[in-house]
Amino acid sequence: MNVIIVDYQSGNISSVINSFTEVAIGKVNIDVASDINKIKSCDKIVLPGQGSFKSCVDSLNSISGLVDTLKEFAITNKKPLLGICVGLQMFADIGYEEAETKGLGWISGKVSKIDNQKGKYKLPHIGWNEIDIKKNSKLFKDIKNKSHMYFVHSYEFIPEDKSVISATTDYSSKIVCSVERDNLFGTQFHPEKSDKTGLKIIENFLKL
Amino acid sequence: MLKNRIIPCLDVKNGRVVKGINFVELKDAGDPVEQAKIYSDSGADEICFLDITASNENRDTIIEIVRKTAKECFVPLTVGGGVRNIQNITDLLLAGADKVSINTAAVNNVNFVKKASKKFGSQCIVVAIDAKKVSENKWEVFTHGGRNKTGIDAVEFAIKVEENGAGEILLTSMDKDGTKSGYDIDLLKTITNRTNIPVIASGGVGTLDHFYDGIVKGGASAVLAASIFHYGEYKIKDAKEYLNSKNVSVRL
Repeated sequence: MNVIIVDYQSGNISSVINSFTEVAIGKVNIDVASDINKIKSCDKIVLPGQGSFKSCVDSLNSISGLVDTLKEFAITNKKPLLGICVGLQMFADIGYEEAETKGLGWISGKVSKIDNQKGKYKLPHIGWNEIDIKKNSKLFKDIKNKSHMYFVHSYEFIPEDKSVISATTDYSSKIVCSVERDNLFGTQFHPEKSDKTGLKIIENFLKL
Repeated sequence: MLKNRIIPCLDVKNGRVVKGINFVELKDAGDPVEQAKIYSDSGADEICFLDITASNENRDTIIEIVRKTAKECFVPLTVGGGVRNIQNITDLLLAGADKVSINTAAVNNVNFVKKASKKFGSQCIVVAIDAKKVSENKWEVFTHGGRNKTGIDAVEFAIKVEENGAGEILLTSMDKDGTKSGYDIDLLKTITNRTNIPVIASGGVGTLDHFYDGIVKGGASAVLAASIFHYGEYKIKDAKEYLNSKNVSVRL
């Protein structure tokens, strides 16, 4: 099995590479690429994302044909894709970080700044928080409800269709921290930085 | 709810841990990779390396350490010390650091913080502030490990780095550092009240209740300590169980 971590200059992906390499055992081959032909022929995709919504979307768009290839892979062919952090946020129609920016539009919804209730809550939301699992998810197989995951973000994804939500986390409000629809997965938290539980989630994705 | 973080910090000089763990089971007491792994396995919420190597020639050593550590530790890794330009940050992030901490370079030019957070995202830019009390409720920023006075007000500087895109502040009290008498709570409280980004408390931990004071009285989102863990007086687990028993939420 070939898994590609999409490298579109979206910031630091070393930790993603390290953790997937750690978990990938036996027949799983982890590759880091932005080459469209490689992406077309792989079995699974990991879409990381750091920095702002706008900078990630701009970087993705700057690689000719990449967005269409990803869409064909994940939406048309329904092959497994995992978005992490801004990688998940980009599934939305629109994001408001830096400037109003069009997203990939794969899951209807928007990405807005977390309401910090007039400074009552610090932003970014940095650190370990518990996840509240909302539906039976392949990604959370053998993961206990209320497990701790590592977060670092100031913006949240608000999907229109609430049935895609697979987990939330409690900060200033119930923040969507994981979505799942068919073979499309996304986590707002960083499984690659979430210790053994995070590695288990990565393993679950690789075992799909 | 969001948990309060406990962060052990390792001082590294020329590739070796200077203030390090003194456990008997260690194969090599000076190996930063091995020590980071012990902390990560024992429940540290993040690991912090502070590179105190004086010469520029030895900068590559810390990169190699970060590279090795990142392959074994799957919790966030912050690296500080000698981060002066965009290239330094790129090198550390590519090696596997998740955040970098900027100190002197931020004081010299706050625009560097802006540039760095714009390029890499606020999530990986920590500004380390070393503050010394100059009068009642007044603290000044010091650089070069507390040797150089800058004349800059620490509270105003904290506000300024937030405005320039810092994702977190690592706040060290120069008066308390190494004293084991607890964090400077007034300093912490003042800065956590005046800023909206997470503040990591540093400098002065001697007993477990100092962690409690830093979080509950000082308003810190995370507590950093070095010697209390290194010499085996307390384990990370002891600190977490103590805080939990006092109703401070931690990741157990």
